Amino acid sequence: MINALEIQAPTIEWVPLLPLILLFAGAVIGVLIEAFVPRGVRHALQSALALLTILGAGAAVLVALADFEPAKLAMDAIAYDGPTLVFWLLLLLFGLGGVALFAERAVGDGQSAFAASAAAVPGSPLEREAVRLKREQTEVFPLLLFSLLGMLLFASANDLILLFVSLEVFSLPLYLLSAMARRRRLLSQEAGLKYFLLGSLASGFFLYGIAMLYGFSGGLKLTDVAVAIDSQANEGTHVLLILGLVLMAVGLLFKIGAVPFHAWTPDVYMGAPTPVTGFMAIATKTAAVAALLRVFYVALGGAAWDWQPVFATVAVLSMLVGAVIAIWQNDLKRLLAYSAITHAGFILVAVTGAVEAGEGVFVSSVGAVAFYLLTYGVATLGAFGLLMSVRRAGGEATLISDWKGLGRSNPVVAGVMTLFFLSFAGIPLTAGFVGKLAVFVAAFQGGYGWLVVVAIIMSVVAAYFYLKVIVAMWFQSLDEGTEVVVVSPSPWVWTVVVVGALATVILGLLPGGMLDVMNGFSEFIR
Amino acid sequence: METTAAVGLFSLAPLMIGIPLATAFLLLLLGRVSDAWGHWLATLAPIVSFTIGLLLFLQMLGEPRAVEVKVYEWLATGSWSVDIGLLIDQLSILFVLLITGVGSLIHIYSIGYMAHDERRRRFFAYLNLFIAAMLTLVLANNYLVLFIGWEGVGLASFLLISFWAHKDSAAAAGNKAFIVNRVGDLGLASAMFTMFALIGSVNFADVNAAAPQMGGWATLIGFLLLLAACGKSAQVPLQSWLLDAMEGPTPVSALIHAATMVTAGVYLVIRSNAIYAQSPEATMAVAVIGTITLLAGAWIGSSKDDIKKVLAGSTMSQIGYMMLAAGLGPIGAAFAIFHLITHGFFKANMFLGAGSVMHGMNDDVNMRHFGALAGPMRITFLTFAMGYLAIIGFPFTAGFYSKDHIIEAAFHQNTVLGVLALIGAGITGFYMTRLMMMTFAGRKRWQPGVHPHESPLVMTIPLIILAVLSLVAGLFMNGWIQEWLAVPTGHEVHNTGLLHITPIGWLTMAVVAVGVAIGWYMFKDDIAETEPQTRNVFALVGRNDLYGDAFNEHAIIRPTKGLAAGLAWFDRTTLDGIPEGAAVVAGGLGNYLRKGQNGYSRSYGLILVAGVILLAAVVALGQLG
Repeated sequence: MINALEIQAPTIEWVPLLPLILLFAGAVIGVLIEAFVPRGVRHALQSALALLTILGAGAAVLVALADFEPAKLAMDAIAYDGPTLVFWLLLLLFGLGGVALFAERAVGDGQSAFAASAAAVPGSPLEREAVRLKREQTEVFPLLLFSLLGMLLFASANDLILLFVSLEVFSLPLYLLSAMARRRRLLSQEAGLKYFLLGSLASGFFLYGIAMLYGFSGGLKLTDVAVAIDSQANEGTHVLLILGLVLMAVGLLFKIGAVPFHAWTPDVYMGAPTPVTGFMAIATKTAAVAALLRVFYVALGGAAWDWQPVFATVAVLSMLVGAVIAIWQNDLKRLLAYSAITHAGFILVAVTGAVEAGEGVFVSSVGAVAFYLLTYGVATLGAFGLLMSVRRAGGEATLISDWKGLGRSNPVVAGVMTLFFLSFAGIPLTAGFVGKLAVFVAAFQGGYGWLVVVAIIMSVVAAYFYLKVIVAMWFQSLDEGTEVVVVSPSPWVWTVVVVGALATVILGLLPGGMLDVMNGFSEFIR
Repeated sequence: METTAAVGLFSLAPLMIGIPLATAFLLLLLGRVSDAWGHWLATLAPIVSFTIGLLLFLQMLGEPRAVEVKVYEWLATGSWSVDIGLLIDQLSILFVLLITGVGSLIHIYSIGYMAHDERRRRFFAYLNLFIAAMLTLVLANNYLVLFIGWEGVGLASFLLISFWAHKDSAAAAGNKAFIVNRVGDLGLASAMFTMFALIGSVNFADVNAAAPQMGGWATLIGFLLLLAACGKSAQVPLQSWLLDAMEGPTPVSALIHAATMVTAGVYLVIRSNAIYAQSPEATMAVAVIGTITLLAGAWIGSSKDDIKKVLAGSTMSQIGYMMLAAGLGPIGAAFAIFHLITHGFFKANMFLGAGSVMHGMNDDVNMRHFGALAGPMRITFLTFAMGYLAIIGFPFTAGFYSKDHIIEAAFHQNTVLGVLALIGAGITGFYMTRLMMMTFAGRKRWQPGVHPHESPLVMTIPLIILAVLSLVAGLFMNGWIQEWLAVPTGHEVHNTGLLHITPIGWLTMAVVAVGVAIGWYMFKDDIAETEPQTRNVFALVGRNDLYGDAFNEHAIIRPTKGLAAGLAWFDRTTLDGIPEGAAVVAGGLGNYLRKGQNGYSRSYGLILVAGVILLAAVVALGQLG
């Protein structure tokens, strides 16, 4: 606990925190580049800087892995343990994918997916001027780095205040980025505003939950809460604990996009620029799930009997609502939004199980969730990359009907997209199947057999709408009068797509090693 | 079952699957480039696999044992590991030899049969895919890998039945086979789930070891596996797809729908003998299903004019015999495999013979348009005749040994089953004689423009080899196979002499002779060129496949459609009434929920707050409970 009268000089462990420091430095330098470097070279410079920063941070994590000792860093504010490293690596990987999608210009006639001048009123002379001069908002790269920094912090925060701060650090840039689409700008701005308003509301609940838990335990560290639960175990129900637990769950489930806190996702996914949607879909989810696991397993592990039914309910609702509404969608971005809701449900199935690694345990919940996020992430980034390159007059061709007959006109793009969708659906021999298997096994071992049965049924329902797209691509032909072209993207997007496809196949055929690593690094420091 | 790790020659085992699989993908990926030589490469693949299998077999002859070959570790974390492994034992190696041996012959035959088909390369690629999947099925060391093979042969079967998909009937037949098989697959999947839930493993070794402790669960698993076997092996009530499957090219009928794939159900039951040993109920169910099917198949075979459908009915019937044997417990298991192998020879022989006839008759399959073909198609006739002798159980041919053992064992277990099996043998004699008389004897009823001719050597040589095997395989395998299979089937050896014929054996011969005599008497005279009108109930029911399709239509398809229509009505009348406003598109839960997605932030905020209350309520309920 902090003693108010005595100011301590904080100790910072520079070496293990290097990934965070690098990201912060890269983001700040990016801002300086915006201020001092001529426009012409900014795009190249910013994208290279973002790429190198994330690669550097990733290298720092990998080096740390070699000689890894779990510890609490920065005055116990950051937990530096197995899950932290795994989620950091996942986030950095998804960050790399995000940078690649952000940097793509080939598909849009040499222009990025972001507004020429995001501050200009849509349709105003200012905007027309910016478009004529081929201006670009290259601030998106530092924004992505800031957001990524927040996500890494969020995934490793061991302190309720840091948790809230990092939530805002990663959310604010995303609100901005969502509003910066080059085309259909009003829709994009609406998406950004909506995301901001609802996100603020959820943050409010989250903060309120923190306050409740502080009131309950008198401490801000996760361990303080855990200790308080243990010591007051025999004193009956504690309203502050229950309220805090529910409200924190609300804040986190909002970011994960689980039902009933999902309402923003379809609108935001559709309105936001596609690269942002791709990045947000997977990175936000990863960070929020990591924080959720840490808060509920470490701080609130003693109250598991209270929160397991909550997550079970939310999991069922998410799988159900996501899957049945997705059936009705005719827009691929919206379909992927509902698919994301369904996947959130599957992840929560494993969270509910709450099994930890140990003797006789097949796979821990944390390991299963991390593996699931990896399989879902690579396919998601790849799918959004392909979505960017299939175009019609006026932008991306996101209607499912635009994708009809793609199997004949462009078998490569249709084939890879099919692979991603099969993985989403969890068809055997793809990575998605192993991911689903892992989360189901984790939940089953946690004593939630009924939930697994529901999840299996829902995965069959979900398979329907993925197959609908596959059928459209391979067995139907394009409607008369629709003109759709596949623009060959730059190496940026190709890399994302190829890496995603390879990972989907390899993790499907040989998942053993990766799952084992994630399972081995699944123990939280307490 | 004691197993040893793979060393030496046994480490080559995965290649048996890998080579045909790689060839299949190569031919499909290369496309037209490989049109000219693709079929040769594809024919080589099963021959190589056969050679490896034969070497393994010879080595095992010297030193019988079961060897587990670990291909790779698919998953290993914590205490959870899933290995992809193969099991080579006395049972699986026999299947390997049958699949690759008969498979190679059928590949060679197909070179001639498919010579004029422009999609020949694709056909051979599918055949190789089938060989690879079928080998996976029989070589698996656990149910999961078996399931992969099981689905693989289903896929190959679908692709090959509907190979001539420009014919609507072929496309529909492919779909039907695929869908009916899904029902069986559900059984296999459920059986695996049950095993996994019970003992945490689906390895044969683990399941066999744990079987004695399963108690009542063994019955459940036994029934689920039986359901799976019924689907794949076209046993009643899932038999309806097999007759339609004859739409595929004839070599496919010979390989997949006679010699190998359809026997997978028998393999499954025998492989799971440890489970059936725990459950007399499930075992009896297998025997009963087998008996029903052997009679049903014989009935259908007696009333069809389409030569391939007669043979298909006969296949059903013969697999019924195998199922019956498998359901007689350890005593019958070796006989089931014995009959399975001899049937593989003589039925493949006859199917290929039928293909040869069709080849000479412009692809006509109606036996009423045949007649007097013994002259122009001498080799086909002679080889077919040997298959005929084998299937009716003429003394000292292959079927004589294998089928009589089953009938005899059935009498030992249960007189009713024995009598029914005996009657089936009589009907077999009848319908096979009918087929021979209508096809090869009698008057020429050839349609105008048809000029029967013998098929080329590339087709007749496989026929000759299979014909010889139909004759002599029984003699060679009779005493040996029981001893060979004693370990995997858990069966003590009963020596049955080659020349020793029991009273039941004499009885069987007499019944068959009666069947043959009736067949000869009824069809020795003139045969109408069109199907005669009849009020004979037996003939009508048989011609309509025992109303299997009608049963499906009324018992499954219509109720399902009715349910769907009811749900649709519910959608239209009830659900659509709920959402207000102009944008009512259609019914459904999704559509209803979708209305909440109205785009207003205030509504979303409200949903969010409602969610908070929901979560609080869940916790509160938990506290109360």
